[in-house]
Amino acid sequence: MDAILLQILNGLDKGSAYALIALGLTLIFGTLGVVNFAHGAIFMIGAFCSVTLQRLFNLSYEVIDETQKDFLGNPLKVKTPYVESWFGPEMGATIIDWSVPLAILFAIPVMLVIGYVMERGLIKHFYKRPHADQILVTFGLAIVLQEVIKYFFGANPIQTPAPEALSGVAQLAEGIVYPVWRIVYFCFAVVIIGAVFAFLQFTTFGMVVRAGMADRETVGLLGIDIDKRFTIMFGLAAAVAGLAGVMYGPINAPNYHMGMDFLVLSFVVVVVGGMGSLPGAVLAGFVLGILESFASTTWATTTLPGINQIIIYLVAIIILLTRPRGLMGRKGVMED
Amino acid sequence: MSKTNLTRRGVLKSGAVAGAGVALPTIFTGSSVSAFTNDPTGDTVTLGFNVPQTGPYADEGADELRAYELAVEHLNGGGDGGMLNTFSSKVLDGTGILGKKVAYVTGDTQTKSDAARASAKSMIEKDGAVMITGGSSSGVAVAVQGLCQEAGVIFMAGLTHSNDTTGKDKKANGFRHFFNGYMSAAALAPVLKNLYGDDRKAYHLTADYTWGWTQQESIAAATEAMGWETVNNVLTPLAATDFSSYIAPVLNSGADVLVLNHYGGNMVNSLTNAVQFGLRNKEVNGKNFEIVVPLFSRLMARGAGENIKGIVGSTNWHWSLQDEGSKAFVKSFGTKYGFPPSQAAHTCYVQTLLYADAVQRAGSFNPCAVVEALEGGDSSLPGISSPANKGYLFDGLGNGQTLYRSADHQCFKDVLVVKGKENPTSEFDLLEVVEVTPAAQVWYEPDHPMFAGGQLGSCNPGA
Repeated sequence: MDAILLQILNGLDKGSAYALIALGLTLIFGTLGVVNFAHGAIFMIGAFCSVTLQRLFNLSYEVIDETQKDFLGNPLKVKTPYVESWFGPEMGATIIDWSVPLAILFAIPVMLVIGYVMERGLIKHFYKRPHADQILVTFGLAIVLQEVIKYFFGANPIQTPAPEALSGVAQLAEGIVYPVWRIVYFCFAVVIIGAVFAFLQFTTFGMVVRAGMADRETVGLLGIDIDKRFTIMFGLAAAVAGLAGVMYGPINAPNYHMGMDFLVLSFVVVVVGGMGSLPGAVLAGFVLGILESFASTTWATTTLPGINQIIIYLVAIIILLTRPRGLMGRKGVMED
Repeated sequence: MSKTNLTRRGVLKSGAVAGAGVALPTIFTGSSVSAFTNDPTGDTVTLGFNVPQTGPYADEGADELRAYELAVEHLNGGGDGGMLNTFSSKVLDGTGILGKKVAYVTGDTQTKSDAARASAKSMIEKDGAVMITGGSSSGVAVAVQGLCQEAGVIFMAGLTHSNDTTGKDKKANGFRHFFNGYMSAAALAPVLKNLYGDDRKAYHLTADYTWGWTQQESIAAATEAMGWETVNNVLTPLAATDFSSYIAPVLNSGADVLVLNHYGGNMVNSLTNAVQFGLRNKEVNGKNFEIVVPLFSRLMARGAGENIKGIVGSTNWHWSLQDEGSKAFVKSFGTKYGFPPSQAAHTCYVQTLLYADAVQRAGSFNPCAVVEALEGGDSSLPGISSPANKGYLFDGLGNGQTLYRSADHQCFKDVLVVKGKENPTSEFDLLEVVEVTPAAQVWYEPDHPMFAGGQLGSCNPGA
């Protein structure tokens, strides 16, 4: 029973990342009709926002210590972060320790700008082009962004630890412990998903966007600049994926290809949930996360070897064969 | 009655065509053209550096390339000469190889066998590479070694730790300086027994490809021999990034040791996940829960950050070694790049020097002459009584005296057992050497069951 609960929790955690990325993908597809293969790269850039902030906080001045030697036998250069000089050792250390949560504040404007520039600078030119063209250009963009990150940060994973206070494990029940940061990540995902839904449901802006998603032309005929709102939605989708990346850093150390690792799975999530369906993306994200988690258990891998590697694709095939529009997709989308 | 249409002209034409056909194979082996693949005819010789520049082992690949460039610089007489000054063989004098300047081409294996083969094939066919080297994945090494055997060029394996590389998949044209899973297990087991006792239950997570399989088999055999029980072994995909689903079942498995048969980015993630789940602070069966990473590298240690502290593993070489060869290499590499070399860099640098040395001693780039030079006659490692203890013996390249065993082209040398340092003094000072295991302790016979099957065969000069 404990093992089942742990796998459900694990699934919810994985599902949180899938759902957040898929939510952004669906927002972009639903509003702009664009299949954005660069969305995984945005998730990665979000993770590297926390890496960048961590490095900024760790910018140091060097003092040569003649009493110690470096690996070449030269006097050791001892580094002291500026933050510790400015705010005192204790406060400075705390700031560095909290660099991941603080990176949220740093990442929001960065991701909004990246989303805006990406949409205005490139993607808007492909609105009327076939989906194949959109996929090719956004996939190319993803590779470029990946290589840029690799150039500046290297190929090695970079640890972005959670704050000390949010590290370690929480005792959920007798004999059941679970990492605190993963609980934080799940709660964060729920809050972000809730906020996006509330924004679309309860604000005038959101209502107009939803109307535009249903019938873009009619909304345009009412004199509303729907394109401008859709551009903002693109920025918002980028911010959602970026924040998912920021908070994911302490779970798995950010690396330059993490976007690609998530991209394909997130597309499967979108298709299973139903292209254009926001609740579908979220539901499919969590369901597939849990299924993948159970498929990795010892029982599953010994009963059906390799099931852990194909479960998501197996589910996708079954869903697409039996219900081409996905779990909650609109009738007519992806159907004849 | 049968009818024939034989004419004199027809018979002559047919005869000419048939004669040309019969003679054709001899054209390629005649004295008018080279007798082996890519015989360098100009004033340069091209080496092919085939490393992972993308994928989970990309960081190792980047360091390997740095080492190759340094080796080329030293072979061509540049820099401070590095290990050329400490190498026991003195035939290399900084004038290239056999008087030819060393040039090189690079390729990206992508940590995928098919991409690696395509890249190596291009280097051999288009760039005229006479030797291919590189790696960081045993799957890649085995695939490229097979290709080099078919093409008739030498393969000097880079980082490949699977038993199969010099076991069932060994090839006459292939040579491995790096150690292997069996040697890691042989070096680690006594240290693990000393640290954690002989009554332990181990849970293995294993990368699902040749390296993971043979390493797991080796570690399980060595630890079971000293009394440990293997509770479970779960194979994980190479492309996996989140290992939490694999870690969670460990919590209730009754195991008190987790063995991570993972490398590179995989190991960074699996160790991070294991630490997140509190395994390091857990007590099971009245003992502290322990994590073991059988194959360590400083690059992985850097990626794993704080999580690596106190964790035991094995490594082929470490920059803190104080022999003259290691010190010379660290000085050269550190001065050029600003940080110490990894074990991947070391093995690739050494392999390049060993190839150049063999060519120089053989007086020929012919792969068969190189094989003969690397097999080296009847030299043997002191202190080991075995008929298989013969090959090319050298020193001055780190790890003390080293034997390139002629029976399977595997190097035998001291193996290091290391531990993640609790209080590092710098960003490079992440591992401490806890034991230097003598070569005699990691020795095995060529027909050991874990290396059985396959044939070394004979060298192929190609063309």
